[in-house]
Amino acid sequence: MSAKTLYDKLWDSHEVRKNDDGTSLLYIDRQLIHEVTSPQAFEGLRLANRKPWRVSANLATPDHNVPTTNRAEGIADPISKIQVETLDKNCHDFGITEFRMDDIRQGIVHVIGPEQGATLPGMTLVCGDSHTSTHGAFGTLAFGVGTSEVEHVLATLCLIQKKSKNMLVRVDGQLKPGVTAKDIILAIIGIIGTAGGTGYAIEFAGEAIRSLSMEGRMTISNMAIEAGARAGMIAVDDTTIEYVKGKTYAPKGGQWEMAVQYWKNFHSDEGADFDKEVILDASCIEPQVTWGTSPEMTIAINERIPDPQQESDAVKKEGMKAALKYMGLEAGTPINEMPVDVVFIGSCTNSRIEDMRAAAEIVRGRKVADNVQQALVVPGSGLIKQQAEAEGLDKIFKEAGFEWREPGCSMCLAMNADRLEPGQRCASTSNRNFEGRQGQGGRTHLVSPAMAAAAAVTGHFIDASQLAATSGSDVSGSTV
Amino acid sequence: MEKFTKLSAIAVPLDRANVDTDAIIPKQFLKSIKRSGFGPNLFDEWRYLDHGEPGMDNSNRPLNPDFVLNQPRYQGAQILLAWDNFGCGSSREHAPWALEDYGIRVIIAPSFADIFYNNCFKNGLLPIVLPEEIVDELFKLVEANEGLKLTVDLEQKTITADTGLKINFELDEFRRHCLLEGLDEIGLTLAHADEICQYEEKQKKITPWLFNE
Ligand code: SF4
Repeated sequence: MSAKTLYDKLWDSHEVRKNDDGTSLLYIDRQLIHEVTSPQAFEGLRLANRKPWRVSANLATPDHNVPTTNRAEGIADPISKIQVETLDKNCHDFGITEFRMDDIRQGIVHVIGPEQGATLPGMTLVCGDSHTSTHGAFGTLAFGVGTSEVEHVLATLCLIQKKSKNMLVRVDGQLKPGVTAKDIILAIIGIIGTAGGTGYAIEFAGEAIRSLSMEGRMTISNMAIEAGARAGMIAVDDTTIEYVKGKTYAPKGGQWEMAVQYWKNFHSDEGADFDKEVILDASCIEPQVTWGTSPEMTIAINERIPDPQQESDAVKKEGMKAALKYMGLEAGTPINEMPVDVVFIGSCTNSRIEDMRAAAEIVRGRKVADNVQQALVVPGSGLIKQQAEAEGLDKIFKEAGFEWREPGCSMCLAMNADRLEPGQRCASTSNRNFEGRQGQGGRTHLVSPAMAAAAAVTGHFIDASQLAATSGSDVSGSTV
Repeated sequence: MEKFTKLSAIAVPLDRANVDTDAIIPKQFLKSIKRSGFGPNLFDEWRYLDHGEPGMDNSNRPLNPDFVLNQPRYQGAQILLAWDNFGCGSSREHAPWALEDYGIRVIIAPSFADIFYNNCFKNGLLPIVLPEEIVDELFKLVEANEGLKLTVDLEQKTITADTGLKINFELDEFRRHCLLEGLDEIGLTLAHADEICQYEEKQKKITPWLFNE
């Protein structure tokens, strides 16, 4: 038998049939559902008089539209409200488990899947959301689908798919202190570009990736889509299995032992062939800040805003000029002098407990700078919020002048009330810096949680490790 | 799904690369629970000078005269020309819904983002990938000839025009077949229900935990 990649193994174990035209019918083990991309899928089912193939394969939660303040008062925006209520009704009518807005388990769909053990190694998982790649961190084949496919999976638990090519991104060696998973993935996208992974399923490997916690690995695979790859994945190892153990939907008892044995096979075999390989040296990666309107427009914190005149590719040059104009930046300005107006810590990229801790570590004993008009922390789920509060992290943030909010997507895409005003500059831990993403005219700079926290307390971009070295006050208590 | 066989229409050249789904249909319009009605808000932030919100009367809003879709010569266009990585960003099917609702049936670009490309076929939209030089040729042709119609023939897999232009394009057979026939993919899959059940029976022995109720 020839050596297989992780992706090959996931694909092969889910192929129901091969069609003559090179596509396959692929079995989907799990579908996660949220309010924005599902109403028309349920409507389609009703119109065709179809039922879900197996109800228990689905799990739903509202996240994009939910308010992050005053939950008890419900949703003020009537259109958002209808969308969330439609999800409630659809889940109720079809018998699908849903963590509603008032449930402690509610949160961003890509946070709650892993948190509940609904995301498991070796499975296929889809969601009507491009950041479904997040779940690939578990050695899972996970990808975003459109609403028609949400309906298709509801009705059949299958999708007609064409296999992607295999791409390996290996990050060798060890990270410098203060450099995080977010910096790795931004650096990767900076190198391969936002279309670098188009047509590929990316496997992230190498010592630096293996050394990451599951939270860090999810940050990496979350942004595979920003590199153009529908799926990004990481091999199963002890870290994966430890994380999954004991989760609500994880196998128990005899099934647990059986599952662990089965999962251990989900890694690329020695000598497996990849269609494309990219190799990075972890020790060369610096903390990153994006400067433009595409995640590939990223630089190290000690660098200057690049000059479009130096770019030879004409289309890229125009893109850079437009980005500088939109972002209100001038070529040659050092990024670490750039003041920020708003700080957002949250999103499915960076709203897990470890992200909360990393940010709190920088914030502890400091204050949000005077020029920062708003600093928000939005935990990824109700359970993370609860955990963070148990650790006293909320107090650290609140004392510094941050707002401590209810879980949801929030200012990641500004579908609820949390949004930037035109021209506001934001240090954000989210994953997209497209024009208008966080509010029309808003300017987004993507950074890690530590870097966002550092920007909040100094009022401008700065290498967070400089702050970590000279702590605000007594750094007591361990934050392991 | 609406069939696609042949179309003769004006093509509008959108001179941008990396057109993302937020640009195609801004998020405030995703709150709709319907599939239709997104056309007036297609490219909302580029098309209008004010800020659009759901429920507005779009016919009264100030248009951005510089935006190509608003130019009189491109009114009624059903073919969109664009550059690399069209449709990148989110998985929202609202993007093809908005294009379709506006009247666009064909998009021609050197490359598309995967999920968007896939979503097009579910909605009777034909995305055509052509080499950059040929897309460039089409841009120039369309800009130089006001009122020129391109004819896209899916049976023949050709793009032609009165100027003598003839371009062949490729498309995978399954997708072409579904578009030509306007097939319901779910129905096609359900025709294999037995095989799905057999697969499940086999998997229940290998990964029983995935079938716990
Ligand atoms: S947090 Fe942002 S990227 Fe993640 S699912 Fe929500 S809107 Fe999408």
